[in-house]
Amino acid sequence: MSATGTARPAEALSGFADVADYVALLKPRVMSLVVFTALVGLVRAHGGIHPVIGFAALLSIAIGAGAAGSLNMWWDADIDARMARTAQRPIPAGRIESGEALAFGVVLAVASVAMLGLFAGWLAAGLLAFTIFFYAVLYTMGLKRWTAQNIVIGGAAGAFPPMIGWAAATGTIGLESVLLFLIIFFWTPPHFWALALLRKKEYARAGIPMLPVVAGEDETRRQILIYSVVVAVVGVAPALFGFAGLIYGTLASMLGVLFLALAIAVWRKRRGVAAQSAARRLFAFSVLYLFLLFAVLLVEGMR
Amino acid sequence: MAAKQKRKGIVLSAEQRRRRRARSIALALVLAGFAILFYAVTIVKLGPQALSHPT
Repeated sequence: MSATGTARPAEALSGFADVADYVALLKPRVMSLVVFTALVGLVRAHGGIHPVIGFAALLSIAIGAGAAGSLNMWWDADIDARMARTAQRPIPAGRIESGEALAFGVVLAVASVAMLGLFAGWLAAGLLAFTIFFYAVLYTMGLKRWTAQNIVIGGAAGAFPPMIGWAAATGTIGLESVLLFLIIFFWTPPHFWALALLRKKEYARAGIPMLPVVAGEDETRRQILIYSVVVAVVGVAPALFGFAGLIYGTLASMLGVLFLALAIAVWRKRRGVAAQSAARRLFAFSVLYLFLLFAVLLVEGMR
Repeated sequence: MAAKQKRKGIVLSAEQRRRRRARSIALALVLAGFAILFYAVTIVKLGPQALSHPT
């Protein structure tokens, strides 16, 4: 027997992942958005939280978001393998084993909730636990493959972080933190449906019942328009309730009108290249919209 | 001779060894980071009392 015969070729082993693969499991781009919105909630609460505790709380929230991302990738590996955009993720590409991603996600989820509870209180920790459960179990395992309303209800998971930040700083749930929740909640459907209009075929092939696939593009355009009206109004609400200042109120009004104008363009342009570029413009602007609103809230909150 | 060869077990490629080393270093840094974080949080939360014995 030759030496190569007794030594198993290591190439045959899966699970030989690089550090970058574990980072990818945490969905760092989603995580950065979670940290940013949680920071806004934390700062605006004016709870007199010590900077070190604030940092530790944000880190816990970030780890919780990463845990949810890892569990999502564990469950969705079969879909990811079928879509060009996601086929190179660590699990479908075979660099990390499915069970390893599950263990990674569960350990980080438990650790993040325990840490946040010890650092900043159990209301915030409870909200974080609920958010992870909502995203990983309710959305990923249930809604996503079952109903066209998947992202409407699932959007709540993305909307919780500012409330968690607020609860970490104050130990309470304030009206303002609920408004921050509502902004992200109503922003999510038009944001994802604009993307779904562009990626309809991919979603259909992967068997995900996104609204354009199930109800058609025209119905999607109508729903985008309805939610955009709500976003434009809710976006101004922090100023109307007297939480945010004049600068925020003015900017939110202007950006809200622009959001609505782009949604109307999506609604009117239904065919060909014009329809594609209208959806692309709304998608790109929606990201900027949310970022600018929260950035101004953050700056106003730091004064 | 055969027993000697069996003990060789799994032979990692240079790339796999590099990746394992990178993972080990990353894990060490993360653990060190957490040790510092928990120390800092303890000091902030308890202040000088962190050093006093319960009576």
